[in-house]
Amino acid sequence: MKIPALFSTKPGRLPFFHRLGFEETIWGWGLIIPAVLGLILFKFGPVIASLYFSFTKYDIISPPKWVGLANYQAMVADAFWIKSIQVTLKYSVLFIPLSIIVAYLIALMMSQDLKGISVYRTMWYLPSLVPTVASAVVWRWALNPEFGPVNYPLKVLGLGAPGWLTDPKWIVPSIVLVQLWGLGNSALIFLAAIKGVPDTFYEAAEVDGATEWSKFWNITLPMTSSVIFFQVIMAVISSFQVFSVAYLLFGGQTTSDPAGPGNSALFYVLYTYRNAFGYFKNGYASALAWVVFIVIMLLTFILFRTQNRWVYYEVEGGE
Amino acid sequence: MRRSKLITKIIGTLILGIGGVIMLMPFVFLISSSLKPAAKIYVFPPQIIPNPIRWENYVEVFTRVPVLNYAKNTLIITFFATIGTVISSILAGYAFGRLRFKGRDFVFSLLLATLMLPYVVTMIPIYVMFSKLKWVNTLLPLIVPSFFGDAFFIFLLRQFFRTIPMELEDAARIDGAGRLRILFQIMVPLARPAVVVVTIQAMLDSWNAFMQPLIFLTKRQVWTLALGLNSLQRFETGRDWTHYMMVLGVFMVTPVVILYFLAQREFIQGIVLTGLKA
Repeated sequence: MKIPALFSTKPGRLPFFHRLGFEETIWGWGLIIPAVLGLILFKFGPVIASLYFSFTKYDIISPPKWVGLANYQAMVADAFWIKSIQVTLKYSVLFIPLSIIVAYLIALMMSQDLKGISVYRTMWYLPSLVPTVASAVVWRWALNPEFGPVNYPLKVLGLGAPGWLTDPKWIVPSIVLVQLWGLGNSALIFLAAIKGVPDTFYEAAEVDGATEWSKFWNITLPMTSSVIFFQVIMAVISSFQVFSVAYLLFGGQTTSDPAGPGNSALFYVLYTYRNAFGYFKNGYASALAWVVFIVIMLLTFILFRTQNRWVYYEVEGGE
Repeated sequence: MRRSKLITKIIGTLILGIGGVIMLMPFVFLISSSLKPAAKIYVFPPQIIPNPIRWENYVEVFTRVPVLNYAKNTLIITFFATIGTVISSILAGYAFGRLRFKGRDFVFSLLLATLMLPYVVTMIPIYVMFSKLKWVNTLLPLIVPSFFGDAFFIFLLRQFFRTIPMELEDAARIDGAGRLRILFQIMVPLARPAVVVVTIQAMLDSWNAFMQPLIFLTKRQVWTLALGLNSLQRFETGRDWTHYMMVLGVFMVTPVVILYFLAQREFIQGIVLTGLKA
């Protein structure tokens, strides 16, 4: 194998074939043409169109009519819009910390060398694969306040049995519960991160007589903080986009009906969907979509700006 | 010191075990309710083991609901969307990861930026586009876009392609192999773990999809299993068909669980890849 060695990559000097730039340019652009077309047709094109629609009145059948900022002004006076923000925020405040903390704790427990770990891993992970439609059907039954198996033990023990999917106060917590059922995926991501912390760190700490707690606080947590950061971002983005579970449990009836008792399941994206495909107010729906888009961008930006305060990045050699 | 470690191990095992059983309970509920007569589903105390067991549900559902047609539509979408996603993402992933050309990094950063773009922003213009093409109520809106690559999968494959030593490719070039041959005969087999992960994830995405089918498919003959299941709710059928919904739920969950047990290693690998590389 002498020939490949002749062409091996030396820093600052490209191998022979890579200097034939023209050929690579043709191939490079040729291979990404589908992806570039996809970007234009399904991402940037629609984004611009959506921004334009948000300044119009548009029912799809007749052409869009320019109304300026009217859609954005209408929001402030729209009680449903305010309700949908409240519902979404209530969900986010419950779901984001709970999902991160519980998934991390589960991962911590899994990271000890337990017997039969693959069985536990399977048990916790499988629910995250279940299609939302199927999980909505099961949980609608399981959370039935009168007959469901969730309240059954509470009733037998004489504890208060919450009105899960019926009491407006309990609607959002019910949906949080259903979504938490799928936390196995992030638990396994955390597990991989925790397992990735080099043993030598712990060995060194043990020599210094560190306690389990201080090992966790000073080694495990900082070494996995970049993964936690990424999971927080994903949780924020996903919690602003809850749709299917709310639609399946409460939103499927005719769009004139409230989404859940007192509209307590009127999530932001569900309300946007109803405006677009229920009331044919596509201009207004586009404006709603742009508002949540800007909020998501701002939040992500803020999180990224603060990350060097609490995220520890290992300084890697090489690249 | 050692004893405290043992205690945390015992507590951990207990919580993981008991919690794990609780996590599996909804699967038990799904199967058990799918075997009950309608009148026995909402009873107190809730029955875990149905009595009597009603196997007929699994036969009747085929006469009451066009299950086979829903399954056919779902399979067509899943099959073609997966092929489209995997091939187009491999092509782009290879180009972004291995080739040097003008504009590469700029296009790639645009692609990454779209990962943050919520579907709710693009859904109306995309709907308008497909309705102008008369594609609404066909399976095309759920298949065709997948042939234009998926930003996240392209990113994953690019990261993987970058780790493969250049020498392997250069050796093949000296032997006179063309780009496409190199890509599909050398690179793809070497990147097998990432390709398998992307394939599995693409299949799951199509199979589990709800919002997009809901928007583009309003006629019963083009519905997927997910839409068919949703339509069995009381306010649409006027009857309590929870037991049939549970049967359809079993139909939707079983292939996913089988896939998991067939490719358990790849699933776990996929989690590590998607969670840590990003």
